Amino acid sequence: MVLYQPDRSQYPSQKADGSLDIDLTSGKYLKLWQGPQHPGITGNMSLELTVCGDEVVEAKTHVGYLHRGFEKLMERRTFIQCFPIVCRICVPEPDFNEYCYAAAVEELAGIVAPERADWIRTLILEMGRINSYMMYLGGQAGSLGQGVIGQWTTYVRDLMLDRFEELTGARIYHMFILPGGVRDGLPDGFAGRMEETLQEIERTMSDVYDVMFCNAVFKKRTVGVGYIDPALLEPYGVTGPNARAAGVVKDVRKDQPYLVYPQLDFEPVIGHDSDIFTRADVRRRDVLVSIDLVRQIIAKMPKTGPLMTKLPNVLHWKIPRGETYIRGECSRGEYGYYLVTDGSGYPRRVNVRGPSYTHAVALLERLIVNVNISDVAALMVSLHTYPPEIER
Amino acid sequence: MRTLYAELNKRFPLGELTVQREDLGFITVEREHLRALLLHLRDLEGFTHLVLLTAVDWMEEGIFQLTYLLSDRKKRRDLGLRVMIARDGASMETVHDVWPTAATYQRELCEMFGIDFPDSPGVHDPFILEGWTDIPPYRREFDTKKYADETFTHRAGRETNDPAEYMKKQLYPDGA
Repeated sequence: MVLYQPDRSQYPSQKADGSLDIDLTSGKYLKLWQGPQHPGITGNMSLELTVCGDEVVEAKTHVGYLHRGFEKLMERRTFIQCFPIVCRICVPEPDFNEYCYAAAVEELAGIVAPERADWIRTLILEMGRINSYMMYLGGQAGSLGQGVIGQWTTYVRDLMLDRFEELTGARIYHMFILPGGVRDGLPDGFAGRMEETLQEIERTMSDVYDVMFCNAVFKKRTVGVGYIDPALLEPYGVTGPNARAAGVVKDVRKDQPYLVYPQLDFEPVIGHDSDIFTRADVRRRDVLVSIDLVRQIIAKMPKTGPLMTKLPNVLHWKIPRGETYIRGECSRGEYGYYLVTDGSGYPRRVNVRGPSYTHAVALLERLIVNVNISDVAALMVSLHTYPPEIER
Repeated sequence: MRTLYAELNKRFPLGELTVQREDLGFITVEREHLRALLLHLRDLEGFTHLVLLTAVDWMEEGIFQLTYLLSDRKKRRDLGLRVMIARDGASMETVHDVWPTAATYQRELCEMFGIDFPDSPGVHDPFILEGWTDIPPYRREFDTKKYADETFTHRAGRETNDPAEYMKKQLYPDGA
């Protein structure tokens, strides 16, 4: 693969502190804001770009447009009152918040969720992963002008939302995985309807492959662009598909298995070229893995058994002093909850570790430099970032 | 985890170890030993991934707990380093040169908790809050409800339930 090598002689010199010596009055540079309202931005954030010609020489990310103070709000709520608000931290894939929070509370409270609940939790997480990838594929194609892909993936995402609705009663924020278990079992006929949905997604993914991944323009715009050097993965905390596209098999489902993943047969998807195209392809193939996992879960899960452990009176539920960290592999990488309790009926501290925190700030600011303005949107989307994870 | 702790304790004076799980432990460390310990863990013990850096406000004890959570993916283990610093004039040495991504965490901690990290890039730049003049909002003494009541107005015609009373009525109608 031939990577783009910019002519550094055209670039501003560095000051002693390492920042660039940019004289905006020279007429050589231009400040350009991309976002917060911009079709080439993922979610509510903005990029402050300094460009020289049509090439970015410096970038700063700005977040805070969707700050709702979740971590602070949880400090004034009982453990059960926190449960319905955690899912709102991430709109496209909210279930990891529910799982990580529930698992952290259970661990510190000494509670074990029933086995059947673990199977249903895994099912929900994989359904959410498929949905999140559908949004991503639409966004990635849209960032390069292929609007139709987003219409297709939104259609099949809507079918999966139907399955979510019949399982949990809600389409977006499910509030289904609570400390102690899950709210309900699978409704009658769910497996059959899920199979129809999965087949429709497979058909759509085949079309997406033909129209998006075999498209000459898409390849031309993405192959060799947005390269993440594997040496940057650990210093910048890169996880998930962004790391796997660079040839590093980072997948919490395999590295530190949780729920029922040890009982499921799958291999993490990897790529090697670490560019936008490879990251998109890793996610496309990951959808197929998740479809297979959903089928395995429905076939293997126990059909009867308890769904909830008996909890103490949740209005007077005090959890002993302690701290823990629970992680899971969401569609964007490592998602985790750091929970600290102090023996009272309220969490002392809840810290949400979303993969976008590292991907969308430090890593993005580094990757954008030397990129053509027209590729900024594609590059940003290729990191699959959700700003609400940054500003919990 | 206990073996690792014993090995580390030969080189560094460590505080108490809390083994939360087989693959997760927390160690209390004095701030002057943190940097050397982080470098040792990263370069020699395989803890190459900084999972998170955050603070816990123990206001009653007058301290902030800084938690540096590290991960060793190959050996499937996580280690949290707890550093206790004084709440008054809270300040801590930066580790952005050990993990570049730490600069983002430190910038957020400076804004939300008022903990300074001198020499960390852009640490005093607004991160999430712009034009914020109140005390750092994630400190325990910051009253979210009072701030909301003073800053925003209630929409007329909407019934507001006290969450605790409402849940009690819904979950335990018999008054358990």
